Amino acid sequence: MDWTALFLSLRLAGCTVAILLPVSILVGRWLAHRQFRGKGLVEALVMLPLVLPPTVFGFYLLLALGRNSPIGAVWQAAVGHQLVFTFEGLLAASVIINLSFAIQPAQRGFEAVPVEVREAAACCGMSPWRSLWRVELPLAWPGVMTAMVLTFAHTLGEFGVILMMGGSIPGQTRTIAISIYDRVQGLDMAGAGVMSATLVAISLFTIAATYMLSARVGRRLS
Amino acid sequence: MALDVMARAASPIPLEAAFRAEAGELLALVGHSGSGKTTLLRTIAGLWRPETARVAVDGEIWLDTAAGVNLPPHRRHVGVVFQNHALFPHMTAVQNVIAAMDRDAPSPRVEAERLLALVNLPELADRKPAQLSGGQQQRVAVARALARRPQALLLDEPFSAVDRATRERLYDEIIALRAHLKMPVVLVTHDMNEAQLLADRIVVIEKGRLVREGTTAEVMADPEALRAMGVREVAALLPAIIIEHLDDGLTRLDAASGPLFLPTIDGAPGTRVRVRILAHEVILARKRPEGLSAQNILAGKVSGIVPGTGPGVIVHVQVGDAEILAGVTRRAVEQMGLGAGDEVHAIVKSMSVARDHIARAPIETGASQSRRSTAPP
Repeated sequence: MDWTALFLSLRLAGCTVAILLPVSILVGRWLAHRQFRGKGLVEALVMLPLVLPPTVFGFYLLLALGRNSPIGAVWQAAVGHQLVFTFEGLLAASVIINLSFAIQPAQRGFEAVPVEVREAAACCGMSPWRSLWRVELPLAWPGVMTAMVLTFAHTLGEFGVILMMGGSIPGQTRTIAISIYDRVQGLDMAGAGVMSATLVAISLFTIAATYMLSARVGRRLS
Repeated sequence: MALDVMARAASPIPLEAAFRAEAGELLALVGHSGSGKTTLLRTIAGLWRPETARVAVDGEIWLDTAAGVNLPPHRRHVGVVFQNHALFPHMTAVQNVIAAMDRDAPSPRVEAERLLALVNLPELADRKPAQLSGGQQQRVAVARALARRPQALLLDEPFSAVDRATRERLYDEIIALRAHLKMPVVLVTHDMNEAQLLADRIVVIEKGRLVREGTTAEVMADPEALRAMGVREVAALLPAIIIEHLDDGLTRLDAASGPLFLPTIDGAPGTRVRVRILAHEVILARKRPEGLSAQNILAGKVSGIVPGTGPGVIVHVQVGDAEILAGVTRRAVEQMGLGAGDEVHAIVKSMSVARDHIARAPIETGASQSRRSTAPP
């Protein structure tokens, strides 16, 4: 059992969720409420990670974040080592490929808040921030919750992009999914089996717990 | 604390209106759906900005496109009751009311319960909107709008989402609530009955333009003003007092000119009401007719004859210190040789008065007495 890989995966999923939670709320709300030219294009961009093969995405991320890219160069100058093949690089990739999982359900959640209810909040003297906190977020919460669960579970299961971006450096970029692949390649079927079962259990638990929780929130609201 | 509104726009709908609602006054904006009346209300609230507009309350400017002033809705002290109430579904009734208070309001719970008691809803404070009926939700929405301590109270078709029986009760409650309101109140409605029973003054909006503005009695007697809404809406309000409920399903009331029999209405004997009598339902007779099925024959004097553009005229008949209107043909007036000062009898069928055409008389305060053109007996 590769505990290091398991914890790395959980840490990666946790950090991805932490970064994407505010992004999903702000971008999801923005896309839900604003009509503008090119909105369809923005929505299509957000959905792109869902349809592209992970290898294609990994390839572009490698180019975008590599040592010779502007982002990679700035990072190298600031931190002293390169971005790809590190945990930070993996996190950056994970955040980008999870955008669709984080934004789409949150957007649907905010779209479900009736426009009169938002207007009523403003007419009750609530500033946009207060309205978000006291009215919109509690009502859009099931959508935001779903977004975070999907992001967490999808990060645990991500394989292709991580293989392209991170290689398999223990403690840095070897996540549980990569570790399982390595075990199978090394014909350690028993080890791969234990880790696969653990991953199944964790994912199932996370999703079930969240759905139970959001059902309770739903009952509280109705 | 008067509300001044001016709005002009070419699109998305043309707008051309300017009006003023005085403190404590209820002004009805009437018009068909799509006439722009709700857009005017949204302009006051800050939910819409026309190309050229000015909104000021008590000298405080909320919107002035010429000066580049446009306060967002949450910076305007405005109370809005939305058409479908728009309560916060995740909050209880009392939490909804507290949500509209300033954050540093002292003892918000006590104040919220006071407001819920004011709208006759004290015992349901801890229910969620989904557990309340339409009428109860509407009351919570009114309490929430008042919790903002608004400088102007805006009601956007507030009775359209409730059933008819509830609506009749809510009319009476709004009329009673008026005694507590010091701010201008603007009511948007397409229902002329509602406007006549509730408003002090009426502004008629047609295709975004103000076509008529005046006291309720003036506008409701003017077939030209009501052409868009239907000339059959021309009607007078007759003040009366409930005397007794009879066994045969009628209620006997006392109007200025004598007894009035109407289908059973709510209210204990002694209750002052106002009865809306549609002009086209009234028949005029020179002599007091006999052997007639109609139960109500009101003796009075012709105080004026106003011609319309069509074959009809509106005859104003003074009965006691009230006035009722009769919509008859020009031909009939000529045949009867009617003129101002002539004695006539106005005949009103009991069954021609719908239940929701009767509402409580307002609780008269010194200020409201002078505003109203028809005082109750």
